[in-house]
Amino acid sequence: MSEYQHNNIKLPEGSIEKQTSTLNLGPTHPATHGVFQNILEMDGERIVSSEQTIGYIHRAFEKLAERRPLYQITPITDRLNYCSSPINNMGWHMTCEKLLGVQTPKRVDYLRVIIMELARVADHIICNSVIGVDTGALSVFLYVMQYRELIYEIYEEICGSRLTTNIGRIGGFERNFNNTAFTKLEKFLKEFPVALKEFETLLQRNRIFVERTVGCGPIAADRALNYGFTGPNLRAAGVDYDVRIHSPYSSYEDFTFNVPVGTTGDVYDRWLVRNEEMKESMSIITQAYEKIQEFKGADAEVYHANVPEYYLPKKEDVYTKMEALIWHFKIIMGETAIPPGEVYHSVEGANGELGFYFISDGGRTPYRLHFRRPCFIYYQAYSELAKGSMLSDAIITMSSLNLIAGELDA
Amino acid sequence: MQALTQRSRAVDRKPLTLWERIYLPAVLKGMTITFGHMFKKRPTINYPEKTRPFSPVFRGLHVLNRDEEGRERCTACGLCAVACPAEAITMEAAERKNGEEGLYREEKYAARYEINMLRCIFCGLCEEACPKDAIYLSETFAPSNFARKGFIYGKDDLLIPNPKTQPEELAKARGEA
Ligand code: SF4
Ligand code: SF4
Repeated sequence: MSEYQHNNIKLPEGSIEKQTSTLNLGPTHPATHGVFQNILEMDGERIVSSEQTIGYIHRAFEKLAERRPLYQITPITDRLNYCSSPINNMGWHMTCEKLLGVQTPKRVDYLRVIIMELARVADHIICNSVIGVDTGALSVFLYVMQYRELIYEIYEEICGSRLTTNIGRIGGFERNFNNTAFTKLEKFLKEFPVALKEFETLLQRNRIFVERTVGCGPIAADRALNYGFTGPNLRAAGVDYDVRIHSPYSSYEDFTFNVPVGTTGDVYDRWLVRNEEMKESMSIITQAYEKIQEFKGADAEVYHANVPEYYLPKKEDVYTKMEALIWHFKIIMGETAIPPGEVYHSVEGANGELGFYFISDGGRTPYRLHFRRPCFIYYQAYSELAKGSMLSDAIITMSSLNLIAGELDA
Repeated sequence: MQALTQRSRAVDRKPLTLWERIYLPAVLKGMTITFGHMFKKRPTINYPEKTRPFSPVFRGLHVLNRDEEGRERCTACGLCAVACPAEAITMEAAERKNGEEGLYREEKYAARYEINMLRCIFCGLCEEACPKDAIYLSETFAPSNFARKGFIYGKDDLLIPNPKTQPEELAKARGEA
């Protein structure tokens, strides 16, 4: 926090009393990258205090989910953090699997790891390059965006869509990865490190960028923990907490990777942590891809677990066999009772711990579902981070927290 | 803070050197990169004159399928409407009469079948739900219209050309001609 106090300015004798002005930043301001409203009290260029409004795009996801069979909730999770929807989708599938007691085969886990890490890279690409844009460097954004495009093409090969992916099913994937997907993945593994190097060259040691971001919007580790920060924003403050290590899911224990941590939790630290995380993700993807190539014969064709109650039978069987057709109807109509119980499952989302708290009372839809959305927590700290800073610093603080309105408001 | 794992690595945050602080070399370095990009292959395409190739499973606007004899496959079972999380599909079923065997494959068919493309979220669940091979998401996307009601696609908009009576149109729609 800055030591700035707004009544320490000595005004000349006879001048009118000093006033602050109110500025509405958002809800549709181009610099806020989403539907956020901040009511700022400004003293010139400085923010004296700020108040955040949430709920502009509240779509009642948790309530919607109470009336839907499990498979129809996946498209809802797409729309939380839409920069990395596959992580949300997978997190949801894993929550259901935890409740239903489904064991996924190793190959499925590794394929999921590949997709989730690709999504993390795509999310960090956007966040970091947008910090660049907000500090005045547009071309870096355009260069790395080409690789986000490549990641989206990989999703498209698997699920058919690019942004709101609805990828995967309970138990695995809707279809096996085709060769084009793997070719594109190889291309990505080969070319992206070069582009990332270039990205770093343009920003990391650039004086303008460094001076603009160092010391901007810092948060101490204990404050961050008190708020409930997780993910890159907490790691930038120096706490090496990572869900992938502390409660591994989807066989993350099989991979070796490091946890980059910062020290001061300012914008520069957050940028550096995300940048290093992209490199770690690349190494995880490489490891997972190697592991996948070790599967031979029938094992190399496995792409879903055996969950007849929730995983749709093959289309050929549905067209020709009565039993498969009955299962098909049963699943689509959501006629299977979910075993009663209560689970919490969390995944390391691209911007923090994304949790799903799922209560089932034995009905066909969740009795209650709660999403633990990291953005919701970061946005509450924003007032503290922005206080006393210049308006333009508050903007980059906001982009560096990677606030996504869709996730904030759910 | 005590470390929670053995795997944490501090990020590199050393202060800028004098060389980096001079700034001019950094400008030149940056300029070299940006100028270098001017001579690279252009990553953009001239949409809409050109489109990029889609994956075979791309989820665009829907089509209703016909069988080889040109009969409508849909039997108005309603599974797609049940599966639709956006409640975008409406249909009305009717019974096939004598003499209509050449039009509809099953005894029951959809007399009215509408998809509201403004509600649809292109999740692909309807395609997955169909037990009759009748609905598919095609590669067309970005529909445009002047009125909202123009986005409610009826059977005329959705059905693929009849392979018996309109083979050329079908080939064209499939991008083969
Ligand atoms: S694609 Fe999804 S939203 Fe659209 S009609 Fe089909 S099921 Fe409904
Ligand atoms: S399109 Fe398929 S799922 Fe929908 S009503 Fe027709 S046959 Fe049933």
